[in-house]
Amino acid sequence: MSVLVYIETSNSKIRKVSYELAYYGVQAGKTLDMGCVGIVVGDCEDLDKLTSCGLSKVVKIASNSNGDNGTIADAIAEVAKNHSASLLVFGHSSIGKSLMPRVAFQLNAGSVTGINSLPSIDSGQFQVSKGVFSGKAIATYEISTPIKVVTLMGNSLKPSLVDESELVIEEAAVSIADGSVTIKETKKEEGTVPLPEAELVVSAGRGMKGPENWGIIEELATVLGATTACSRPVADIGWRPHHEHVGQTGVAIRPNLYIAAGISGAIQHLAGVNNSKTIVVINKDPEAPFFKAADYGICADLFDVVPRLTESLKKFKAS
Amino acid sequence: MKILVCVSKTPETTAKIAFKNNDSEFSEDGVQYIMNPYDEWYALVRALELVEEQGGEVVLAHVGPATNDSIIRKGLAVGAHRAVRIDADPSSSEFVANQIANHAQGENYDMIICGKETIDYNGAVVGGFIGAQLGVPYFSFVSELTSTAGTHTVTRDIEGGVEVSEVSGNIVLSAAKGLAEQRIPKMKDIMMSKRKQIEVISPADFHTTAKVVKYELPSAKGGVKMIDAENMDELVRMLHEEAKVI
Ligand SMILES: Cc1cc2nc3c(=O)[nH]c(=O)nc-3n(C[C@H](O)[C@H](O)[C@H](O)COP(=O)(O)OP(=O)(O)OC[C@H]3O[C@@H](n4cnc5c(N)ncnc54)[C@H](O)[C@@H]3O)c2cc1C
Repeated sequence: MSVLVYIETSNSKIRKVSYELAYYGVQAGKTLDMGCVGIVVGDCEDLDKLTSCGLSKVVKIASNSNGDNGTIADAIAEVAKNHSASLLVFGHSSIGKSLMPRVAFQLNAGSVTGINSLPSIDSGQFQVSKGVFSGKAIATYEISTPIKVVTLMGNSLKPSLVDESELVIEEAAVSIADGSVTIKETKKEEGTVPLPEAELVVSAGRGMKGPENWGIIEELATVLGATTACSRPVADIGWRPHHEHVGQTGVAIRPNLYIAAGISGAIQHLAGVNNSKTIVVINKDPEAPFFKAADYGICADLFDVVPRLTESLKKFKAS
Repeated sequence: MKILVCVSKTPETTAKIAFKNNDSEFSEDGVQYIMNPYDEWYALVRALELVEEQGGEVVLAHVGPATNDSIIRKGLAVGAHRAVRIDADPSSSEFVANQIANHAQGENYDMIICGKETIDYNGAVVGGFIGAQLGVPYFSFVSELTSTAGTHTVTRDIEGGVEVSEVSGNIVLSAAKGLAEQRIPKMKDIMMSKRKQIEVISPADFHTTAKVVKYELPSAKGGVKMIDAENMDELVRMLHEEAKVI
């Protein structure tokens, strides 16, 4: 019996979420009294970094340029059978969401997606929790099948690093069949951390008055090393791109720091961001509902406050 | 083209979230319901656009009791041609997917479109399970879709960008922002929708394997600390020393 974690890679390097996944798998293995094995598709140069999360074994499936997510999922399900996996862990990411349903289906596994806790077996049942109602509540789920599959929300737990050990890489005895989907193109914005994975986020809303004013938000984000986000109306009227829209009907995030400037804090906005560890709100209206959900508040004109904050951060970074 | 659009019922976005029976059940007291926004705004509207371009029909699929017919009627008013309701309590994502896939098995839909997730249980898996059961390709979080003579170009959102794929034959996908623009039905459409057919079918046997045993509300914030606008050095110090986030 084992815990299997799907290691995400990009350009033959592990993605940040893979540390969280490896750490989760190793810790879950301790609770369930079984070992953890990573599973990776294709070449990856820096797999051995995952030993810092306590991972000691990875099974590698050779890539097939004619494969697709369907046939990759089939190969993963085969590996899971060969390793008598009883828990499979994917990221709650675009690739995790694509692979996981087909893997779970093939293994007759019960599943919960977007979980944010390690499993508990205290009640004699396998339980995990996740945010529901777009972050307005937390639900504990019980899975009753012998094999279980979960997807882990980004930034749900912080890996505590251990002494590095040796990593064993084993070639999987399965191969990826040809699929029917051809990937034509992948367009990515380089250099910024994608919103769902970002630990620091600077967000702005209608209080910005117009798209031409976003320079101060971008500068703050650059100095901080943060990713930019926005409220829904701002994305709807085209001031900002769709992928920046956070909230109940946008991206749900849980960064360490969320700075909101000129956002009122409507319930639908809060739903997607209230799991942020620390929230800073900049709003000139003392009655803005966002202050009730904030840790730190500045009641003033954002056009004055944001540049000042940027200056203070520059000083802090330089010191 | 024959397109199946899966629609779900969710609490309205400002609904008070509360629980009953020892926090084991969602309390429906005073809760208003809407069609899940991703289903209504994006999945349904893109399906209608494709059928307007190429001919065919848009069928709604809903798993739920007869009291949910008002949600289905909304979809018919927005423009779907007819609907299929599987008469069962939608107890989990896998249950819903299984019921819809069983229905779709004999129907040869060119496309099955779901919303990217529901705003209540945030599962984001119904489409994936349907694709898996039917053995057809599944695309999550699609923000652009074109289709000519059975070949589809599918753009889906990935972390920090998009991925564009090409595929022929039947597909299942989940709809994200960008795929279409919300349509508001006119009075005439609402009247017409009353005459459209909702076919009711009995559920197939299926045993749900994951269930909620307990709900809780997130712990409340400790209260906001107001900081003087003139003193951003102080905020930075607090973020560093107190909150430890920078
Ligand atoms: C079904 C549904 C789903 C929704 N989903 C989402 C969602 O996912 N995400 C989302 O964000 N919204 C969502 N909304 C919209 C939501 O209800 C609010 O309308 C929206 O969040 C408001 O955006 P805002 O805060 O940018 O704008 P406003 O509400 O207009 O607030 C602007 C704020 O800026 C402040 N301000 C103005 N000028 C300044 C200044 N110079 N300095 C400082 N402060 C200033 C004002 O005091 C005000 O508080 C949804 C609504 C519905 C009905």
